[in-house]
Amino acid sequence: MYNAGKIIIGIVIFLALITAPFWYNFGKASTPPKLEIGTQEKQCVESKAFMQSSHMVLLDQWRDEVLRVGKRIYVNSAGKQYNMSLQNTCTKCHSSKTKFCDRCHTYLNVAPNCWDCHIAPKEQEKQAGRSDK
Amino acid sequence: MNALFSLVSALIAVAALVAVSWFGVGAIGLDSVFGVIIPYIALAIFIIGVVYRIVDWARVPVPFRIPTTCGQGKSLPWIKADNLDCPYNTWGVIGRMFLEVFLFRSLFRNSKAELREGPKAAYASAKWLWLFGILFHYSFLIIVLRHLRFFMEPIPSFVEAITSVDGFFQIMVPTVFISDLLFLGAVTLLFLRRVGLPQVRYISLPADYFALFLILGIGISGVLMRNFFKVDLLGVKSLAISLFTLHPAPPPGIHPIFYVHLFLVSVLIAYFPFSKLMHAGGVFLSPTRNLANVNRSERYVNPWNYPVKVHTYEEYENDYREKMKECGIPVDKE
Ligand code: HEC
Ligand code: HEC
Ligand code: HEC
Ligand code: HEM
Repeated sequence: MYNAGKIIIGIVIFLALITAPFWYNFGKASTPPKLEIGTQEKQCVESKAFMQSSHMVLLDQWRDEVLRVGKRIYVNSAGKQYNMSLQNTCTKCHSSKTKFCDRCHTYLNVAPNCWDCHIAPKEQEKQAGRSDK
Repeated sequence: MNALFSLVSALIAVAALVAVSWFGVGAIGLDSVFGVIIPYIALAIFIIGVVYRIVDWARVPVPFRIPTTCGQGKSLPWIKADNLDCPYNTWGVIGRMFLEVFLFRSLFRNSKAELREGPKAAYASAKWLWLFGILFHYSFLIIVLRHLRFFMEPIPSFVEAITSVDGFFQIMVPTVFISDLLFLGAVTLLFLRRVGLPQVRYISLPADYFALFLILGIGISGVLMRNFFKVDLLGVKSLAISLFTLHPAPPPGIHPIFYVHLFLVSVLIAYFPFSKLMHAGGVFLSPTRNLANVNRSERYVNPWNYPVKVHTYEEYENDYREKMKECGIPVDKE
């Protein structure tokens, strides 16, 4: 091999960059954050799988219906009625924003700006986004 | 090879990959095959393959110093030398490589030739390839860096910073990323350039289209996943982190579109070392770029020179001194 010194430095840099996530996560427990649903209710607005993946789509749809169509009642797939409101419906059940919405969002680097205007539920102890340990 | 054949065969190959992963997970439920086994194998092929290719290239001797130059070389002190276009020391080489790798400077010089009436040859600059190329590579880089949010816990702050700048316009929920639009746009334009320009179409092989379609497929499946079929990202991240902590555990119920995306990425990285995509490593090993143009001031020794056996005049005279003296031939040493 010619220029072995330079080639080896290059290969080491390549390996370090590619395997960085392995070293970064090395020895850490791989548990997702614990979410506190914050309610005794059994059922969310829609099925759990739908809410996990698509709650932002639902919220967006609610916002458009309320603000553009003026319709405030949502009927879910089971026929149950909900008031289409972020701060009066979701947070009625999910009483802790920081231990529910924020934990999951911080884990995935999602930062919705909704709370700039909408009022988050009052919480006893203010906690940082990911402090379930 | 026929242009249409190249295009269609590559398209069929990528469509088959999409179908395999879509039905493999959606219909047969091979989550752990597509979520764990294939990504690990692909990563191993990628790492070993890239290192192998680099070492393989490094074993090839460079017999001459062959930098391509396009500036004034260093000569007399009163002639201004151009160290970036005709490097005369290591700093010049480093500067030139930096501009090449980060700004694609040689593509910027791309020109087109045309035969006008007359017949007259006309040359003009052609910057489209450079523009599409640089948009493509930088948006790809930003997307990969943003993806670190799935691969690292806690998420490094630079990833958050890039993400918030990228989503600056806050259009739609979830926010559309500027880099996604640039990425899909640039790949599409690179494709259109390939089919649109007759000369380029003529030299395009299935391998050229395959890489393009594969990357386009990754981009489309990613955007579909973000903005159309929503997937459970909590599940995606726990899968990714479990892979990186070597405790693989694919969570149930992630939408098959995610596995299509992951499978196409796996195929891309496994294919990478053996394809033209290896230019990413090759650019550093190009003797036309990484050598200084100092042919006249420094001797370059061809590494495959073997020690030549020489017989100097002095040795010759030592051998025949007596005989030479006898015949009256003058000698250097008595
Ligand atoms: C009637 C009470 C109630 C309301 C109103 C409600 N939720 Fe839920 N939500 C629940 C319950 C209970 C669960 C847990 C469901 C389960 O485990 O099957 C849940 C689960 C979820 C989950 C999935 C959490 C996980 O474990 O992955 C999300 C996301 C969510 N809700 C978001 C919302 C949003 C956004 C709204 C407002 C549009 C909302 N919820 C309104 C009760 C509610
Ligand atoms: C610039 C301030 C602002 C931001 C940011 C904002 N909203 Fe709103 N939102 C409003 C206002 C004002 C209304 C009207 C309230 C009304 O008429 O009841 C509203 C109404 C709504 C409604 C229906 C009414 C209700 O009581 O909730 C929904 C749902 C909603 N917003 C969701 C969202 C979501 C989701 C986000 C984040 C992606 C968001 N909003 C961000 C200002 C804002
Ligand atoms: C199970 C984890 C989880 C929980 C719990 C959760 N979210 Fe989300 N949320 C996400 C993910 C993941 C995204 C981003 C989706 C994407 O990028 O495709 C998101 C995105 C959003 C968005 C759109 C943000 C944007 O601009 O892209 C809003 C609004 C939102 N969530 C509101 C809420 C609210 C309100 C709650 C609490 C009631 C909540 N979420 C709870 C995971 C969660
Ligand atoms: C070559 C590497 C990759 C490229 C070019 C790529 C490209 C993309 C693009 C363009 C998007 C659209 C949304 C966005 O930009 O965030 C996306 C989304 C996504 N990608 Fe990738 N991807 C790559 C690798 C991966 C890998 C290895 C994973 C495995 C975890 C992955 C998981 C995802 C997920 C889950 C989304 C959806 C994000 C969301 O909904 O917000 N990607 N990808």
